[in-house]
Amino acid sequence: MSAAEEVVAEGHEAVEAVPKRAMTLGTGTSLLVLAALLIVPVFVKNFIIFQMTMLLIYGLAVLALNILTGGSGQFSLGQSAFYAVGAYTSAVLMEHANINYALTIPISAAVCFAFGYLFGKPALRLSGVYLALATFALATAMPQLLKLNFLEHWTGGVQGLVVTKPDAPFGLPMSQDMWLYYFTLVVTVAIYIFSVNLLRSRSGRAFMAIRDNEIAASSMGVNVALYKTLAFGVSAGITGVAGSLGAIAVQFVAPDSYTITLAISLFLGMVVGGVGWLPGSFVGAAFIIFVPNMAESISKGLSGAVFGVLLFLVIYLVPHGARQAAILGQQLAGKLRKN
Amino acid sequence: MPAMHVRLGALAAALALSAALSTVASAQKKYDTGASDTAIKIGNIMPYSGPASAYGVIGKTEEAYFRKINAEGGINGRKINFISYDDAYSPPKTVEQARKLVESDEVLLIFNSLGTPPNSAIQKYMNSKKVPQLFVATGATKWNDPKDFPWTMGWQPNYQSESQIYAKYILKNHPDAKIGVLYQNDDYGKDYLKGFKDGLGTKASMIIIEDSYEVSEPTIDSHIVRLKSSGADVFFNITTPKFAAQAIKKNAEIGWKPLHFLNNVSASIGSVIKPAGFENAQDIISSQYFKDPTDPQWKNDPAMKAWNEFLDKYYPEANRADASVMYGFIVSQGLVQVLKACGDDLTRENVMKQAASLKDFEPLGLLPGVKVNTSPTDFAPISQLQLIRFKGEAWERFGDVLSSDVGG
Repeated sequence: MSAAEEVVAEGHEAVEAVPKRAMTLGTGTSLLVLAALLIVPVFVKNFIIFQMTMLLIYGLAVLALNILTGGSGQFSLGQSAFYAVGAYTSAVLMEHANINYALTIPISAAVCFAFGYLFGKPALRLSGVYLALATFALATAMPQLLKLNFLEHWTGGVQGLVVTKPDAPFGLPMSQDMWLYYFTLVVTVAIYIFSVNLLRSRSGRAFMAIRDNEIAASSMGVNVALYKTLAFGVSAGITGVAGSLGAIAVQFVAPDSYTITLAISLFLGMVVGGVGWLPGSFVGAAFIIFVPNMAESISKGLSGAVFGVLLFLVIYLVPHGARQAAILGQQLAGKLRKN
Repeated sequence: MPAMHVRLGALAAALALSAALSTVASAQKKYDTGASDTAIKIGNIMPYSGPASAYGVIGKTEEAYFRKINAEGGINGRKINFISYDDAYSPPKTVEQARKLVESDEVLLIFNSLGTPPNSAIQKYMNSKKVPQLFVATGATKWNDPKDFPWTMGWQPNYQSESQIYAKYILKNHPDAKIGVLYQNDDYGKDYLKGFKDGLGTKASMIIIEDSYEVSEPTIDSHIVRLKSSGADVFFNITTPKFAAQAIKKNAEIGWKPLHFLNNVSASIGSVIKPAGFENAQDIISSQYFKDPTDPQWKNDPAMKAWNEFLDKYYPEANRADASVMYGFIVSQGLVQVLKACGDDLTRENVMKQAASLKDFEPLGLLPGVKVNTSPTDFAPISQLQLIRFKGEAWERFGDVLSSDVGG
């Protein structure tokens, strides 16, 4: 049993106590965060808006992994492959078929859902670390597949594809960055609400039943094969949407953008954010975006080592990630109120 | 070094004269974001971590060189504030860092950012923001495209120019050759291959076998065996240093002795030839445009002395066998030259204008006869190379300095 599985199991205990809080933030806090996300861009530079957009995009990708691992208990190191498929779907449709960027996003979602679902089928025979290895293979293969000669006409091969950034529609007085940010925010909020509801629904309970005990779940009538592949499909679909948005925000896709490092970063984000706690996905995304920059500003030559030390600190001090920090914070607030 | 001072002095005098002759308006100081009376902010993006981190040395060398320039009084009295960020060779990260440099740090220009995919990722952004993306550290051919990308300029001889030079040599000296090509399956390898085929033109059928390898392969031995069995008698070796050394060694092991062309990327004695064994590398042909610091023939060369003095004082921990250190030393001189020529008109437009009017500029470290030349229609600063042949323990230059300008 790996450390991550333990985290998942403990998450389950929390589910019994306060079912809603275990997965999400309270309504008040959620609205507060949303309000902040809506207002902040008006006051900051375009560069910060761009970083916030990337935060939402990586947050979505971590969220997708969270549904898969935190929800159904399956591991994946292959998220970068789904992210790449989403990114390339959007880029190719936008640049070669002149399809509107907004329309490419549901198409990416559908393509990645199908891809994830199909990949999930054979992967069903594997579990735990073996599944992680199979998805790892997918992540390693993806950059090379994108370079294949017969795909080169569409993917631009190793040179990649440049994507045109959309302007704000209806003549809105907004910079491209700000428009893209709000567009991403709407997509993110929609997917977040969908995910929360998914995990609370019958399917979500089936995911968790499989996560906690496969045999018990199947004896209760849960179609294990169906729900496992479904979790894979949903996760891949959301990752694909993140990939699409990422391609539009970065304005460039190339095989080198979607290496195994990305998959590991997403995995890291999930652990730091708290496995199974959806809002943590965005905290995790912030970690993978900003902490390397912090590490670099501390020491250029040893940025990798500094990053490692910071990661160690997080794992030792708050092993359950941001969720643990949030719970501690809540308890502290509660105590203060009593006094 | 004294020669350099004389030339700079002449240049300064010329500038002063032209300033005096021109109208009062143009003598006024003009600045864009990132430049002021006291400082010039220069941005840079390097892979200090990740798969290409070996090249991070270039950024460190440049940082040291600008420290030297600042210690000597700066450029026209302005200090260089060199801000260098790590992108780990990942294009999305490059975009983030480039935006940080342009929008948050507000640099005047981005200088010598490294790698083809990272630079491709920011090219459109830099051009739409009209911020110079000056002297990019990649040999891809597409940077020489002033019409579509007037804010992006290359630096070193591009891959296609180089392989065309080999193609011309083969057509002239070995018209009946059967050529085997081994290339790395990425942008770099394919760019070389394209230039080579273009150079052979209608005779491209001389290539009887093309074989490619992936960077992730631990060894390329099997590819060499396959090439040998094809019966090729000319071998064009488009590989990065580690693989180049393997290829040279394997050739000797299996007794394959074709006429061996090795791309400039792997022409380093310290990191390729020596590990492969001097006796195995005899008669290999390659090309060069700057002096290999490990080559004994430059031991008493004034440029090499200047380089050593600079490293002693500002970058003592540098590995002097690393060609990247020499590369950083040369390209930094290029930037200093451009900024000096800008005088008090430090606008982005003027930076590009000055960068596009370098005439026969010879930074220390280039081979004799190789000069930096640009024009409004030629954004490939260095496009000259000299063929070299390995003899004994050093490269021997032969023939004239050859040039071949290929546009993107």
